[in-house]
Amino acid sequence: MYYLYIITAFALLLSFIADRRKTLMAIKITVKKFVNILPAFLAMLILVSVVLFIVPDKTISNYLGGNNKFTGVIFASFFGSITLLPGFIAFPLCGILLEKGVTYMVLSAFTTTLMMVGVLTYPIEKEYFGMKVTVIRNVISFFIAIVVALITGIFFGEIF
Amino acid sequence: MKRNNIIIKIVSISAYLAFILFSFITGFNPGKQMAANFITFSVYMLKILPCAFVLIGLFEVWGKKETIEKHFGQESGIKGHIWAVLLAGTTVGGLYVAFPVAYSLYGKGAKLSVIFTYIGASAICRIPMTIFEASFMGIKFSAIRLLVSLPLVIISSILLGDYLEKRGYKIMAGK
Repeated sequence: MYYLYIITAFALLLSFIADRRKTLMAIKITVKKFVNILPAFLAMLILVSVVLFIVPDKTISNYLGGNNKFTGVIFASFFGSITLLPGFIAFPLCGILLEKGVTYMVLSAFTTTLMMVGVLTYPIEKEYFGMKVTVIRNVISFFIAIVVALITGIFFGEIF
Repeated sequence: MKRNNIIIKIVSISAYLAFILFSFITGFNPGKQMAANFITFSVYMLKILPCAFVLIGLFEVWGKKETIEKHFGQESGIKGHIWAVLLAGTTVGGLYVAFPVAYSLYGKGAKLSVIFTYIGASAICRIPMTIFEASFMGIKFSAIRLLVSLPLVIISSILLGDYLEKRGYKIMAGK
């Protein structure tokens, strides 16, 4: 994470040396853009806090670990779509589930939808790209995730 | 319509805050847990967002329209998608960072399909995340995921982008 701060500070400094006025303009744009999208972020954070209360890690683990692998994929892609977990929580969780015997296919469905499908980021995506594009993109992403999961299952010998 | 939306937002946010406050006063656990979730995620995002938006601001000022058009615009062809994937690899955070970046790129003349590739790719192939993933799931798992999803993302982005552009679709924030 620190490299992000270093790069940002360095870029700001360079910009400031090159042109003070432009840099101030950039900061103004930053603040304006940030403030404009803040309500959407707030909406997302509220949704996240509620959904993660209703569907905590434990519930997800229980459903993913079920016996039937195809219902597992369906549950996994459902939970992956409606939740939002940062990588540092999601992948260790998947690592544990893997050791418990959950298939690669199910975990692939979970992580890929988690990354690509954003029901909770909907307020933000809609704000930038409109409802129609947001819905289409998420539906396409969902199907891509299913394809990825199935192919993962084939390569790990979990389907045949 | 717009005004109504704002009122709905204010009302629901206040209701949420009131609920959290009420939970703390009465010791209602679900409410407390939601508040904890809210704070965890706010802190996590506040670590990334200010930097991301400063970089976007600098990009808005310094990024040359001609350069973006050349590499990400109508004439960029498949190269535009490759650039988008490379840029996505260095993106931090997740979709919520990719959206404003994509929007700025679009404003500077990037074409729709390239924007969609960028968004999709920044969901699935951020380099630090992929390394982290591979360390838990194994390289084979990550490799399959990338090799299958990336082409699908690019193909679907081209189809969707071209379809929308043919119909004269323009992205306008908030619509």
